[in-house]
Amino acid sequence: MFIEVDGVEKVFDVRRKTGFLKRERRQVRAVDSISFTVARGEMVGYIGPNGAGKSTTIKMLTGILTPSGGRLRVAGIDPSRERTRLAHRIGVVFGQRTTLWWDLPLIDSYRLMHRMYRIPDDRYRENLDRCVELLELGGLLEVPVRQLSLGQRMRGDIAAALLHDPEVLYLDEPTIGLDVISKAKVREFLRELNGERGTTVLLTTHDLQDIEQLCSRVMVIDHGRMVYDGALAGLHEAGGSERILVVDLERELPPIEVGSAARVVKVEGPRQWLAFPAGESAAGLVARVAAEYPLVDLSVREPDIEAVIARMYAEKATA
Amino acid sequence: MAEATRLGEGLRAYRLIAGMWIRSTMTYRTSFALTVVGNLLITGMDFAAILLMFSQVDSLGGWTLPEVALLYGLSATAFGFADLLLGSMDVLGGRIRDGSFDTLLVRPAPVLAQVGADQFALRRLGRITQGVLVLGYALVAVDVEWTAAKVLLVPVMVVCGAVIFGSLFVAGAAFQFVAQDAAEVQNAFTYGGGTLLQYPPTVFGTDLVRGVTYVLPLAFVNWVPAAYVLGRPYPLDLPEWAAFAPPLVAGGFCVLAGLAWRAGLRAYRSTGS
Amino acid sequence: MGSGRLYAAVAAGGFRRYATYRAATAAGVFTNTVFGIILVYTYLALWDERPHLGGYDQTQAVTYAWLGQALYSTLAIQGGGAEKDLMARIRTGEIAVDLYRPADLQLWWLASDLGRAVFQMLGRGVIPFTFGALFFSMALPQDITTWVAFLVAVALAMIVSFGIRYLAALMMFWLMDDRGVTQTMMILGIFCSGMTLPLNAFPDPFGDIVQSLPWAAQLQMPANVLMGEVSPWHAYAFQAGWAVVLLAAGRLLQSAATRRVVVQGG
Repeated sequence: MFIEVDGVEKVFDVRRKTGFLKRERRQVRAVDSISFTVARGEMVGYIGPNGAGKSTTIKMLTGILTPSGGRLRVAGIDPSRERTRLAHRIGVVFGQRTTLWWDLPLIDSYRLMHRMYRIPDDRYRENLDRCVELLELGGLLEVPVRQLSLGQRMRGDIAAALLHDPEVLYLDEPTIGLDVISKAKVREFLRELNGERGTTVLLTTHDLQDIEQLCSRVMVIDHGRMVYDGALAGLHEAGGSERILVVDLERELPPIEVGSAARVVKVEGPRQWLAFPAGESAAGLVARVAAEYPLVDLSVREPDIEAVIARMYAEKATA
Repeated sequence: MAEATRLGEGLRAYRLIAGMWIRSTMTYRTSFALTVVGNLLITGMDFAAILLMFSQVDSLGGWTLPEVALLYGLSATAFGFADLLLGSMDVLGGRIRDGSFDTLLVRPAPVLAQVGADQFALRRLGRITQGVLVLGYALVAVDVEWTAAKVLLVPVMVVCGAVIFGSLFVAGAAFQFVAQDAAEVQNAFTYGGGTLLQYPPTVFGTDLVRGVTYVLPLAFVNWVPAAYVLGRPYPLDLPEWAAFAPPLVAGGFCVLAGLAWRAGLRAYRSTGS
Repeated sequence: MGSGRLYAAVAAGGFRRYATYRAATAAGVFTNTVFGIILVYTYLALWDERPHLGGYDQTQAVTYAWLGQALYSTLAIQGGGAEKDLMARIRTGEIAVDLYRPADLQLWWLASDLGRAVFQMLGRGVIPFTFGALFFSMALPQDITTWVAFLVAVALAMIVSFGIRYLAALMMFWLMDDRGVTQTMMILGIFCSGMTLPLNAFPDPFGDIVQSLPWAAQLQMPANVLMGEVSPWHAYAFQAGWAVVLLAAGRLLQSAATRRVVVQGG
């Protein structure tokens, strides 16, 4: 297996003020005995609420943090012991923190990567050309990074992380704060990267659409524990989550009837809200509604990840 | 062998990153020129203060102006080199707080080199320039019978002094792994030490001189070897050979700073904060 | 009296903001103490050589040195108070928002800076000064009146200090880069406030010149009031005079600057 995580833990000592000079020491298990493996070429979504232990896991996988216990290998390397050797084989993109040089043209940051990673000239050329083409960076190479938009900068950051041909790419919130078009471009690129080049991708996100469009497998972490590892559809089942189809009809009509495929949860004038299982495609439902009702417009609302996880817990508790 | 390659890697990374910072600075040329001059003037104010004092007296603690200028020139030049090469390490605390320190840890280069080169600022040449100017004046003006040993000792003092101050910068940075907001503590040692050494040891209380000789041996940057050059009594009746100890002291400082850095980095990687 | 409450709240905000940086405050106390020790010894050597330099005796020189360290960040002698934030806001254009606030721009920033100054006097000033008083012999008054008079002089010094830095910050409306202004302010501040040497110990005629400049209102005047070297009313007149001039100049510059913003549309 390419990534092997076996019973890994991370315990932090947290000191908290309890009075003017009094401090209380407390141990926090940010990651509590997690185990999983990722095969070469997989694209895995890693999700969970804030503070669940996502970043800590990524930091251990990249060698930034030393685990408190358990065994961890990436490409056969122990990340915390051989951090610099591993660095040549991994790419990391921190969503809200650019590693590009603020005052310099974009290309200068790439030239630095070229030399710092000792990328052979032809490989560098080829990778850069590819990234420029697919991420549409052509006109931006000579522009100082501070003048780039958030979406442009994110694409620039992704390119910077890939110039040295990493075998695995870690992305921390790669689409956060991006507009719809930029999001689409980033996703398209990642799909292509994973599909064509077989680069292993592990991404954390708050955006369920990222996962839906990119990952065949999701891992959910909460309170430092792995609570789900499997296909996205399964997650929806486990969480019993629903998507909402918002239908605008030509005129006010009684609630739409499509049998067990969906149920109407709200009606407001000519607009109706239909809930259907999140694991199922919307296509059949849309076709059926379109065939039987005078449609003006429709849209699908995604369930939000926190809600899914929350519901999953609720069910666990009652089960 | 492995250590040698690491050192080579470190220097290479340092050069690459410092080069990027220089290019960044050069995008604002006027501002750069302004800051070099500003840096020269600001750091030169310490010497202006000494000149002000000597406008009222002929000697300070029994030392004449050229003699004090020698101390000043050596301290300021040595400190200037350390400041140029490692003076921005106090931004480490900020980097840890905003999380950007992590981005350095996923690069295939020694972290110390990356942090050392961070925010590399050529404007710091200003400090070196005024230090060298004062040193030049002092070397011409002091009344010394120059011998080979004394001549040799001058560059030795500058280099070893730079290493000693550089070690203080590194140790100070290591401390920021533990206390991110306390960058100013390191200023007390670096800038404070630099200022202290600009004045003759006879000015200060014996306990303080003992402290900077035996506990934190800054006295070997200039006080002891300069006393030898000037033919003055050593502070604290140290033996004759003490004037030639700076390389030893500098080596010791280096090792301790390295250990402190490692301990700090290890602490960071196990706590993540 | 609603607006009085508003500015009091702004000042309290400035105080609290700096109060949150506990570690930085502790580090600053340490640094000021170390520099105080170094400076005191050089003064002792200097006054050893010239016992009544500038009309001070040795204990007065020592007192002056510790006072300088204690008021160093309070009076933001080399900059670094509210004007730093103001400069940043002008540079980013956020200042336009401030202009629409139902409060006076200058008073707003003055209140915020006074809050900061009071915190730094308590947080960073008291400990180094006490340390100095414990380990060196200082010329401190025995009567409460002089202490009160001194505190009034410090309060006026805070206003003068703000007046200087406010003018400097407003330059940002016309300049692209703050470094030239910041550095000039730093050099003038350290030198003309008497951080390196008491102004009365400067050689003539240089000494007379610096003692008539506004920076003399910052450290020299409170020090002289504390040590009974000047009558408080004389000191207050000098400080208040400069405060009025500087604040008025600030107003003038401010109205020119706001016209500029309005013309440019933000």
